Amino acid sequence: MTHFSALSLLSNALTGHKNWREQWPDAQPKKAYDVIVIGAGGHGLGAAYYLAKEFGITNVAVIEKGWLGGGNTGRNTTIIRSNYLYDESARLFDHAVDLWEGLSQELNYNVMFSQRGVMMLAHNVHDVQSFKRHIHANRLNGVDNRWLTPEEAKAFCPPLNIESNARYPVMGAALQQRAGTARHDAVAWGYARAASALGVDIIQNCPVLAIRRGTDGAVEGVETTKGFIKAGKIAVSAAGNTSVVMETADVRLPLESYPLQALVSEPVKPVLPCVVMSNTVHAYISQSDKGELVIGSGTDQYTSYSQRGGLPLIEHTVAAICEVFPMFRRMRMLRKWGGIVDVTPDRSAILGKTPVKGLYVNCGWGTGGFKATPGAAHTLAHTVAHDEPHPINAPFTLERFQTGRLIDEAAAAAVAH
Amino acid sequence: MLLIHCPYCDETLPELEFAYAGEAHIDRPEDPSAMTDEEWRDFLFIRNNKRGTHFERWRHINGCARFFNAVRDTVSDKFLTTYKAGTPRPSDAELEELGK
Ligand SMILES: Cc1cc2nc3c(=O)[nH]c(=O)nc-3n(C[C@H](O)[C@H](O)[C@H](O)COP(=O)(O)OP(=O)(O)OC[C@H]3O[C@@H](n4cnc5c(N)ncnc54)[C@H](O)[C@@H]3O)c2cc1C
Ligand SMILES: [Zn+2]
Repeated sequence: MTHFSALSLLSNALTGHKNWREQWPDAQPKKAYDVIVIGAGGHGLGAAYYLAKEFGITNVAVIEKGWLGGGNTGRNTTIIRSNYLYDESARLFDHAVDLWEGLSQELNYNVMFSQRGVMMLAHNVHDVQSFKRHIHANRLNGVDNRWLTPEEAKAFCPPLNIESNARYPVMGAALQQRAGTARHDAVAWGYARAASALGVDIIQNCPVLAIRRGTDGAVEGVETTKGFIKAGKIAVSAAGNTSVVMETADVRLPLESYPLQALVSEPVKPVLPCVVMSNTVHAYISQSDKGELVIGSGTDQYTSYSQRGGLPLIEHTVAAICEVFPMFRRMRMLRKWGGIVDVTPDRSAILGKTPVKGLYVNCGWGTGGFKATPGAAHTLAHTVAHDEPHPINAPFTLERFQTGRLIDEAAAAAVAH
Repeated sequence: MLLIHCPYCDETLPELEFAYAGEAHIDRPEDPSAMTDEEWRDFLFIRNNKRGTHFERWRHINGCARFFNAVRDTVSDKFLTTYKAGTPRPSDAELEELGK
């Protein structure tokens, strides 16, 4: 692996950038691996990286049906924050933020993690009360979050409309200064490059058709379009397609897959310094380093695998943005797209062991798993390596839907995140 | 935008008039107190989440307000049919015919 540095950039500039090499080889499957990870999103690639780096398990393949990072990792709006209400979530997401802070150095790859702050607007008395409750709960958990008056919110984010005659006036905001955004593709590429350098095979354009189990019930390997590949352990990290993959191992999950859409505007000069979210008008917005406004909201109402979604939701989203930022009314939108997100009943992830020996699952991240990428990947690798949960992911079991020990972020947030 | 046929109003109308109401044909428990935790989990939380032909409920919320059933392909989002609540689900042969 060539080490990237200012010097390597400079010397390549001198030769007209003609000598850059491919960053990782396009692997073909071997007959057998110790661990197979299904799905080359940030979570799956990250898990393979930590398996090799921290747990010394390098005979690992990541198998991807399309191209790596082409799922929700490459489709999301990259908001990273950890101000979740419940203790379990706060620990998991804050662990991820801790890892985000050192990720570019760790991977020798610029993931452009930018702690520009995430501001959540309160528009009514209920919002004010519930955000203040979140802030107090977060602070008790050592998670950064603070309350801003409308004037303080405007000072932090000048284009914000805080006029009292707005349809949904801004009554204040919760600000997590430590939160922000990162470059989504770079996260997938950085993990792929680093994992590959440690000996992990990344096999693209190779859909897993079924998980095969032996007579004792334990996993044996996977059937793919490139033939059968043997594995001692299998970790499924297939986001919106997890139900489909897990069904082949006879594991049924509490998941529903919905389209989640996003859109971007034409690029403009820096105007929006932070991420702004509004649960009540139901939309969120940030500005990418390229200058595009990046806009999203909630899922479409019906389940689907179409990776598309409908126009009514886009209209609703854009209307909400124009309400909060009247100055964006004349912006032209360039592109919109959809990803398929796997949603659990309590809106918390499922991360850990399954009833099948040697089979692990990481799913249910729904509309908000990009922020968790390093934390989910790291604790998943721990679970696979030791066949035991990591203390941080231990509450996120599949059994909780039977015991009733839910982690009800759905009730806490009541909105997409 | 999806166009959805309400079997009560007998009209095909834009998606905005309708609310999605989850997987169809999930029977309510007849004797709730006799159910095990596992059965409650299956009833409350486990879903088919089918890639392909999906049986689901919709409600004509901004029209007649009634619940009805639909069969939709979750890859193309195309509706194969809609039918009134309480009527049996179409057979595989009927669905194949409708899919043509
Ligand atoms: C529009 C949109 C906006 C979002 N915004 C945010 C946000 O702002 N902040 C945030 O935190 N989260 C956000 N999310 C959610 C976030 O993108 C996901 O939770 C996260 O990226 C999931 O990562 P992953 O690696 O698990 O999944 P993915 O990146 O989807 O990776 C799963 C991979 O599995 C592959 N796969 C599926 N089936 C098979 C098979 N049979 N065989 C082989 N491979 C298979 C897929 O092709 C895919 O590449 C958003 C999602 C969308 C769609
Ligand atoms: Zn009707």
